[in-house]
Amino acid sequence: MSDVQERVKKIVVEHLDVEEDKVKPEASFIDDLGADSLDNVELVMAFEEEFDIEIPDDAAEHIQTVGDAVKYIEEKK
Amino acid sequence: MFDLTGKLALVTGATGGLGGSIARALHAAGAEVALSGTREEKLQDVAKDLGERTHVAPCNLSDPASVDALPGQASEMMGGLDILISNAGVTRDQLLMRMKDDDWETVIKVNLEAYYRLSKAAMRGMMKGRWGRIIGITSIVGVTGNPGQANYAASKAGMIGFSKSLAQEVASRGVTVNCIAPGFIASPMTDELNETQRDAILQKIPSGRLGTGDEIASAAVYLASEEAGYVTGQTLHVNGGMAMI
Repeated sequence: MSDVQERVKKIVVEHLDVEEDKVKPEASFIDDLGADSLDNVELVMAFEEEFDIEIPDDAAEHIQTVGDAVKYIEEKK
Repeated sequence: MFDLTGKLALVTGATGGLGGSIARALHAAGAEVALSGTREEKLQDVAKDLGERTHVAPCNLSDPASVDALPGQASEMMGGLDILISNAGVTRDQLLMRMKDDDWETVIKVNLEAYYRLSKAAMRGMMKGRWGRIIGITSIVGVTGNPGQANYAASKAGMIGFSKSLAQEVASRGVTVNCIAPGFIASPMTDELNETQRDAILQKIPSGRLGTGDEIASAAVYLASEEAGYVTGQTLHVNGGMAMI
């Protein structure tokens, strides 16, 4: 597992208070991990801070799954 | 009565009568206060008057970029931002049939758009900290309307609708969003009314007198307090019974 994956997983587990093994790449924050739309906003904020990047709103809208987040961050870094 | 010790507050329009009273009351309750307004010298005077735990953050509220940056600046000065009081406002009174586009735009921009921008910029820190108080100073005319103030009333009614929506969005994060709607408050402007005008106004106020800035400020201290944590999306009318809504 890549470093980005590991750190994203940690943020998701902490923020959404879910079991680690549920945080799979294909897991949707809202449908599978119980997030609401504001949680999504907060997750993006947390990713921005953790990886010191800016995620514009139109990109943030497309980050729906754990895999989306990892992919976006790896491309951006 | 309500203790705001350790809380960090930003007040816009702090050189005005109402803003000054609010800043003073928050400060007296123990909060650290960033004073914002357009006139830096007057802000310095207020800050000097209050003493410790004050900062001066001048800002032109008709300039979007400055407004967006203001909560961040205040947060940097104080090490955070817990309480936002959006109090600054302007009037450009005119019958609609004579109202210029500029009268409309200026009032909407300074009163309503600045509230949106300030709230948005302040929200990140509040959500992270799981605690925040956003208080918009609206007006009785935002609910009742007033001839000659279509632009002002629209901006103030807009603040109420905005607050109710935002309140629902962020309630689960410990952030409350409320409005205070003053009625007629004694100010340099009301001092200039002649006796006939004054009587006409007082007849409409069951309390039989104008309100004071301190009476509005007390409402702000309450809404900013820990004790008001279950109050959100509300408009607290402080108007001597002039309108009961």
